[in-house]
Amino acid sequence: MTARLTARDITLRYGDRVVSTRLTLDIPDGAFTAIVGPNACGKSTLLSALVRLLKPHSGHVEFDGREVGAFGTKALAKQLGFLPQDPMAPDDIKVRRLVARGRYPHQSMLALWSPGDQAAVDGAMAAAGVSDLADRPVQELSGGQRQRVWMAMVLAQRTPYLLLDEPTSFLDITHQYQLLGLLARLRNEGRTVVAVLHDINQACRFADHLVAMKAGAVVAEGDPGDIVDATLIKDVFDLPSVVVPDPVTGTPMVVPTLRGE
Amino acid sequence: MNVPRIHFERRTAILVGVLVALMLGLGLLGLCYGASWAPPGKVFAVLTGSEHSVVIRDWRLPRVLAGLVFGAALGVAGAIFQNLTRNPMGSPDVIGLDAGAYTGALIALTVLSGTSAQLAVGSVAGGLVVAAAIYLLSLETGFSGLRLVVIGIAVNAMVTAVNSWIVLRADLEVAIAAVGWSAGSLNGVGWEDLGIPFTVIAVLLALMTTRAHAMHQASLGDPIAVTTGVGLDRLRLLMVLVGVGCTATVTAVAGPIAFIALAAPQIGRRLAGAAGVPLLPAALTGAVLLQGADLLAQSLLAPVALPVGVVSTAIGGCYLIWLLTKEVRRA
Repeated sequence: MTARLTARDITLRYGDRVVSTRLTLDIPDGAFTAIVGPNACGKSTLLSALVRLLKPHSGHVEFDGREVGAFGTKALAKQLGFLPQDPMAPDDIKVRRLVARGRYPHQSMLALWSPGDQAAVDGAMAAAGVSDLADRPVQELSGGQRQRVWMAMVLAQRTPYLLLDEPTSFLDITHQYQLLGLLARLRNEGRTVVAVLHDINQACRFADHLVAMKAGAVVAEGDPGDIVDATLIKDVFDLPSVVVPDPVTGTPMVVPTLRGE
Repeated sequence: MNVPRIHFERRTAILVGVLVALMLGLGLLGLCYGASWAPPGKVFAVLTGSEHSVVIRDWRLPRVLAGLVFGAALGVAGAIFQNLTRNPMGSPDVIGLDAGAYTGALIALTVLSGTSAQLAVGSVAGGLVVAAAIYLLSLETGFSGLRLVVIGIAVNAMVTAVNSWIVLRADLEVAIAAVGWSAGSLNGVGWEDLGIPFTVIAVLLALMTTRAHAMHQASLGDPIAVTTGVGLDRLRLLMVLVGVGCTATVTAVAGPIAFIALAAPQIGRRLAGAAGVPLLPAALTGAVLLQGADLLAQSLLAPVALPVGVVSTAIGGCYLIWLLTKEVRRA
């Protein structure tokens, strides 16, 4: 396993609040990595550090052996695409215009818009299933539609790496699986995908590499089939469960034993 | 697929054409209007040099140009700060940058000898000090949102009080000069007042034009701005410097002209049907608003020429009240 994107011994904190201490993680190239864990365990914070939004208090996040903070802003933006949990759309922006913002790192003052940009935007909208929304104002869309528009924006960035913070939130179950299927296809095309996911069963089914976090630390990582069992789920989520093979894919499926009495 | 793009560009292009025509029309009106009406034919003759008129060339023309250029500068300054604060009320005049620039100018006037260079430096310094103060006061909540605007309004009130105190303590002649200027006025603006301010504004606007694309990208929020390649810290610093620079340069010559910076970007944005707060419609709308307000100021109580700030405040004040109730309801 090779990894171009790595976190080495990073300590992450917001002011005085320490989130992670001396965390080390390799993001395997060309794989779909899912990060799971209970609320407030530091998943989003870790993702922020990987895309240089949060500078580690100590330690390094490196891409190709070079600290991410040392890259030119646009140079790194051509490598790492990121979708945060609550992105902001400017007032009155149309879908097509918002998706086109994903082309920013590929543009310069002299070359503001090229046929390549147009192709990337059209392709991204088609892949995210928002082509028919192209001329709608973003603020009139439903939460799920908006989420897919943002996904299209990140896809238009055409980066070899995609880091997504809970990309399935706001989506109905059909669109959740469509999005995960899209991410798997992108992985098959050679891209590296990192996603924070809430649904452990979806993570097990779609991800090649699972990272389980608790209280800011990585508790376990590896192929979901190798690491997910009732003990891990009890340890990470404090949830009693049985783990059975997913009837469709054979990947681990977590069935909680709590029931409504 | 491309039709909406073209439609969008066309709407902006039409708007720009209409605003430019309005600017030229109001500019021409400004050259014709005065104690004695000059027919447009005479104005054109003077402009092309075939006829001579001190009144038109040396009195009215600099005033009209000041109205247009300063209006554009204020409009851009407003658009910059509204983008920066992500709030339609976060404009320099509302959050106290005008008042701060005026404080700097007053200090230059009362403590120093009040040369135009001192006024300019004093204004810029005053504006920057207020910007820094607001930044420090809103560090905890970030440089955007309604809280910053509320902090700015409070700072504005305090700085305005300081300004009154400086004027009260000043010598009588200085105080009278300062008060006449405190509302923001283009009365008596001549060529000798405009060379340096026009140059400074041209440089600042050119600088901002190169970063307009980045500014709009930053309106997607900090995370996406950074991960799509915007150098946010440098961009923000440049935006503050250009915004304060434009505001202070205008204030140094014409005093704090309120509400152009507040209203022009939002009017321009709505007319253009554009996303975010674009710069060009803000600049053109600002030019039209200030020149229009100055014509009103000259004609309302003619032959007494009101300070243009009185007119812009009267119009803009109503707009601010409407905006405040809307924003507070939204927050």
